Amino acid sequence: MLKILLLFSFTLTTLTFFLSTQSITEAKDIKIGMVTDVGGINDQSFNQSAWEGLKRAKSELAIKVSYQESKQDADYASNLETLMDGKNDLIWGIGFKMSDKILAAAKQNPKQKYAIIDVGYEKTPANLIGVLFKSEEPCFLVGYIAGKMSKSGTIGFVGGIKVPLIQVFQYGYMAGAKFANPKIKIIDQYAESFTDAAKGKAIANQMFKQGADIIFAAAGSVGDGVIEAAKEQKKMAIGVDRDQNSLAPDTVITSAMKRVDHAIFNVAKDLKAGVYKGGTTITYSLKDGGVDIAPSTSKHVPANILKEVDNLKLDIIKGKLVPPATENDYNKFLKSHKL
Amino acid sequence: MFSDIALILGTTLMYSTPLIFTALGGVISEKSGVVNIGLEGMMTIGAFIGATVGYFTGNPWIALLAAGSAAMVLALFHAIASIHFAADQVISGMAINFLGPGISIFLCRIFFDGTTMSLSIPLDQKIPRPLNGFFAQNSFFDLIFNQYATVYLAFVLMAIIWFVLYKTRLGLRMQAVGEHPKAADSLGISVYKIRYIAVLCSGFLAGIGGASMALSVVSNFRPTLISGQGFIALAAIIFGKWKPQGATLACLLFGGAQAFVIFLGNPQVGVNISSQLLAMIPYILTILILMGFVGRTNAPAAVGVPFEKH
Repeated sequence: MLKILLLFSFTLTTLTFFLSTQSITEAKDIKIGMVTDVGGINDQSFNQSAWEGLKRAKSELAIKVSYQESKQDADYASNLETLMDGKNDLIWGIGFKMSDKILAAAKQNPKQKYAIIDVGYEKTPANLIGVLFKSEEPCFLVGYIAGKMSKSGTIGFVGGIKVPLIQVFQYGYMAGAKFANPKIKIIDQYAESFTDAAKGKAIANQMFKQGADIIFAAAGSVGDGVIEAAKEQKKMAIGVDRDQNSLAPDTVITSAMKRVDHAIFNVAKDLKAGVYKGGTTITYSLKDGGVDIAPSTSKHVPANILKEVDNLKLDIIKGKLVPPATENDYNKFLKSHKL
Repeated sequence: MFSDIALILGTTLMYSTPLIFTALGGVISEKSGVVNIGLEGMMTIGAFIGATVGYFTGNPWIALLAAGSAAMVLALFHAIASIHFAADQVISGMAINFLGPGISIFLCRIFFDGTTMSLSIPLDQKIPRPLNGFFAQNSFFDLIFNQYATVYLAFVLMAIIWFVLYKTRLGLRMQAVGEHPKAADSLGISVYKIRYIAVLCSGFLAGIGGASMALSVVSNFRPTLISGQGFIALAAIIFGKWKPQGATLACLLFGGAQAFVIFLGNPQVGVNISSQLLAMIPYILTILILMGFVGRTNAPAAVGVPFEKH
């Protein structure tokens, strides 16, 4: 009996030794971890997109990746801590909700590298990267499509909560629509919620009653209600963040996409090459493919309009055309283009 | 003008229906003396099962029944804890509120390739709209009455529950058990049995409430689909003085406030109030009404008190 026990403990010790030495050799690999916001890893939106970016980094760059899901806002700080204890080379915070927590963590742990999606700080610490997306660019393009495809001459915009981050979608979209058709009428309304699908549906019904035939919703799952109303009334809807055509294949004509995966992968690639742009804010735009319109757009949008959209895309990339992101810029845009 | 009123009425009906089902369930449970704070969790599992069964079978009625049954299973836990083990009903209800979304998300990932969102159900496989196409699109009556069958079902159920509670032996026993369980027990009524029936019924109705969200308001499940409706229904029970017709009216009032806010928020109406302030109105209204118009005396006397047979 004693012998068996001894043998057993011996195997155990060797095994532990073997395992521990293995983890020492692996520690040379780059490790990146991310903390999701409350949407969770499979939110069909930016968190999921972020994780897809990390998975791509894993398969193409052989980087070790992991994530921590946050169930509530109070989890952010402890999740950031967990990843730091896990000796990650870089820690991502996904979403603007984490902006304060990650800033505090970065100041507390100056040797740890951090990065965050959807936040640009006035003063970024040297161990933090802010990543922003020029959402107004794809919104301008989907607005242009809406302006060209509306038969009634009235289109709608449904926003989630009236904050600058969402208003960017509104003004980009409105400018695009006016650019396509100066006479277009745009009805906008905010649900003041990212969850109340019934409210989104009611707002959409109201817009359809007023003659709108295309509605763009930048409102989280409030948008589900908007798309449902469009489906019932056989009108059109425009999706947001990712290609939402699968929600209602005959209704969602295009989507304004934010390629969070693209940003995450690029930063990982830099890190692998030994580059870390700490202390700066990186802005992704049409130019680098960080934002775009959905690939499914060609299903519903006629080729001649698509061609115009492609030309506009080039103009935006070249800087000939600058879509507005705020109310002020929007008014200036209308004036300068005599719309 | 008239069409605006019609749209407000139509929106009220659409918005209130999931709340009415759930509040009716809550009324039954509380009438028998068991507080059901777990309505939210039961709605969530109902919404998930409704969307999933609806997607895979293509039959919305089977989906509705499955949703009710699934929520009933959750209600059974609440019933066992709060009736048999005399646990604190608020705590066991809260546990249900955590359990409901947790199970839904867990199962959703299994059925839908790791995503927490179910796939969308085609329009013709959702709950039917009996009056769709009967009136001209967006005409006065179309705006009000072109609703999903669940809307009408909610009102039929209200009538049935009113009848059962006030005109049948079972209903009167439920009330007796909720008012004075010891007296009821001494007359040979099984308090446990009656309370079990009531809590299971309330689970079934909350499940249907959740499913009516997933199968008629939208066509898929998301973890955020049920966010607070169960608690609004809970407030409606109290505001409706623990009566099925009162609770229904309370839900309609809340839905109506939402519809009115949506109407006011329309830029063409030209009311210049910030959308944030507008969005608060239905909730402030609920609080004000709860504070001002509801006396405490209406609650069933033994609600929240576990009954232990000696």
